[in-house]
Parts: sequence; structure tokens; C-alpha cells
Amino acid sequence: MIRQFGWGEFLFLLEGARWTVVLSLLAFTFGGALGLAVALGRTSKWAWLRILMATYIQIFQGTPLLIQLFFVYFGLPLLGLKVDVWMALTIGLSLHTSAFLGEIWRGSIQAVPDGQSEAARALGIGYMHRMIDVVLPQAFRIGLPATISFLVNLIKGTALAALLGLTELTRSGQLMANITFQPLQVYGAVAVIYFIICVPLTYCSARIERRLNAAR
Amino acid sequence: MNYTFDFAPVFAAWPSLVDGVVGTLKMSSLSMIFGLSLGIVFMMMRMSKQRALKAIAVSYIEMIRNTPILVQVFFVFFGMPAIGIRLSGEQAAILAMTLNCAAYAAEIVRGGVQSIRPGQIEAGRALGMHTVDIYRFIVFRPAIRAVYPALCSQFILMMLNSSLMSSVSAEELTYFAQTLDAQTFRSFEIYLTLGVIYLALSQFLSIALGMIGRVYFSYPAK
Repeated sequence: MIRQFGWGEFLFLLEGARWTVVLSLLAFTFGGALGLAVALGRTSKWAWLRILMATYIQIFQGTPLLIQLFFVYFGLPLLGLKVDVWMALTIGLSLHTSAFLGEIWRGSIQAVPDGQSEAARALGIGYMHRMIDVVLPQAFRIGLPATISFLVNLIKGTALAALLGLTELTRSGQLMANITFQPLQVYGAVAVIYFIICVPLTYCSARIERRLNAAR
Repeated sequence: MNYTFDFAPVFAAWPSLVDGVVGTLKMSSLSMIFGLSLGIVFMMMRMSKQRALKAIAVSYIEMIRNTPILVQVFFVFFGMPAIGIRLSGEQAAILAMTLNCAAYAAEIVRGGVQSIRPGQIEAGRALGMHTVDIYRFIVFRPAIRAVYPALCSQFILMMLNSSLMSSVSAEELTYFAQTLDAQTFRSFEIYLTLGVIYLALSQFLSIALGMIGRVYFSYPAK
């Protein structure tokens, strides 16, 4: 007897959704930390570092996420690292995130008026404190809407984990569609779950953006 | 690290890689054109004064923008046969990419239209022009010119996203690469080459779209 798509099946999808959220948070945390370094490198005073980071960003923005994930998944074992699919995906998505957030935050850092950083320098404040206390807090405000929209993109990007076999939301949907033979309902439900996860973020981002624009 | 790189099987298969590039470019350019056209329709619905039209457009745009394109293409390819619409992998891919691109294009172009000074539209109305004519003759070009860079990056993203269409066996670059991988087991070399090809494609697209833009928008600024 073929299973029908009912409440129990929907709970199975939610179980998968949990891993979507966990994977997104992991990638956002590690990617964010690395992304800050990329952004600082991209705005540093050394030309070689700026060029290096620009190339790094260009590579990640110019290739599909799927290929990046495959590359990490098949590439790391060659370096002698035994990684499971979780590890590979976390690393791959974090690198991807770092490049995109790096570029977003570079823009925000550069959008902070030069006078701010010049004034800090005139007061004899060193690079570390100039960044932590003066530039980054202002840049954070400017970059927040774009950062949240990127988080939405990242959550949608974790769907690719399904193609590497990790049972997150999309993969749960694939499995469930194969069991119930009701792909229309199953993928509809999967889409709705993604929608419910992403919409509050999209709304937040739009709201903050409107408020920032109003302040200007 | 005791791994010997061997690119020979990858390069030996260059005809299928060329087929893949052609497939990728074909699919993405078709969805760009259809997507932009459909997007403009949705944008006009979104800007319309009629509540119902606006509600449809807003729900469509938000639904597409907040779900992954992979799920969208699964929905089209695996789900739609249940309501009697059976598409090949390639058709499903183009349809999904078009629907996806339309939602983003609608939002981008809306930004452009909002940047047009209201006086221009009012002048058109004062001359007795119909809404469609106002859009056609007054609003579109400057509106699209204002958001052309954003539109181009969306198109490039679209081309990169086409790599997911291998999962419904649409014959594009990643599809051929995966076939090649299954035959030769040279995964790392294949995906490295693939990365380089996609990087070149996105640069190419960026330059090509830039040139189209320079020709199409080569009239003096206001």
C-alpha cells in the first residue's frame, strides 16, 4: 500500500527542516567570521592583500555554489582530510558565505564617511580600535539589510545539500515524494516550509532598509 | 598528498564540454529573455492600482524569492505531471528558471520605474497616452537603464544557477560533467575545470551584457 501524504509525513519534512536551519546557522557563523577577515583584507592599505581578497571574492561569485560544494567535497580528501558530507558542506557553504559577506561588508565599510576614520586617526587611535569602536559599528548598521538578504540566499542555498545526499529539507522532500508518489503536494509543502523560514527575514531586511533610508 | 592529477580524460572529452557550454548558454539566455518579459508584466501588476492584480503579483514574487530554485524546478519537473503537464528536463529547467527570473526582474525593474520622476508620467497622461504606451515610450528605457547593472548580476546569477538543472537531467554543463565523472572518476579535475569554465562564462556574460547595455542605452543622460 502506498503511503498518503499526511500529518506524519509533514512532520518528517519538518525534521529535515531542522537540519536546513542548523546547516545555515553553522555556515553563517563560520562564514561570517571569515567574511569579516575578507572585508578587512579587501579594505586594507596593502595592495597585494586587496587584490588577493578581490580574486577570492571573484572566484566565489563567478562560479556556481553547486560546483564549489562538489569541489570541496571531492577536493578535501585529496589533501588527506577524511571529511563526511556534513563537514564538507559546512566548509563549502562557509567559504561561499565568507566571499559574499566579505563583499557586502567591504561596501559597508567604504560607505562609512572617510572623516570618521580620519578623525580617529587624528586622535591617535590605532587600527584595531579604529575598526572595532568607530568604523565597524557604523558599517554594521549600513550592511545589515544586505546581510539579512544574504542569509535568506544562504538558507535557500542549503537546498543544494540535497544533491550531495544530506537529508535536509529538500532531500526529505525527495524521499517523501518517492514514497508517497505525490510530488506536487510534497514539493508544495517543502516550498511552504522554506517560505515560512525565509519570509520573516526578508520582511525584517526590507523594514530595516526602509528605516535606514528614512534616517538619511 | 599522494595523488597524481590527470586532466587527460577531461580534455579528451572536450566535445561534450562544448555541448554543455552551448546548453548552459541556450537555457540561460532563453530564461533571461522570457524572465525579463514576464517580470515586466508582474512589475506592472505590482504597480497597478487594482488591489487584486497587486496581491497576485506580490504573492507570486514573495513566493518565488523565498523558496530555493532547486525546489521550484523539482516542483515543475516532478510535481506538474500530477496535473497533466509533463515536461522534458530541459523544458522544466527553462520554465523554472523563467519563473524564478521573472520574480527577481520584477522587483529590480520596479526599482528603476520608481526612479522615474512622476512629472514624466504625468506629462504622458496629460498628452492622453494609455498606461501601456506611457510605459512603452516614456518609462522603460530610462527605468531599465537605471537598474541595468543589477539586472545584469541577476542574469549572471541565473546562468550560475542553471548548474542545478542537471538534477532534472537538463543537458547543460554540469550534466555533462557529471556524466564524465561517472565514466572517468576524475572528480577533482573535472570540477576544477568546470569551475574555470563557469568563471570564464560569467566574465564573458558580464562583458557581453555590458556591451549590449552600452549600445542600447547610448543616448545622453538627462
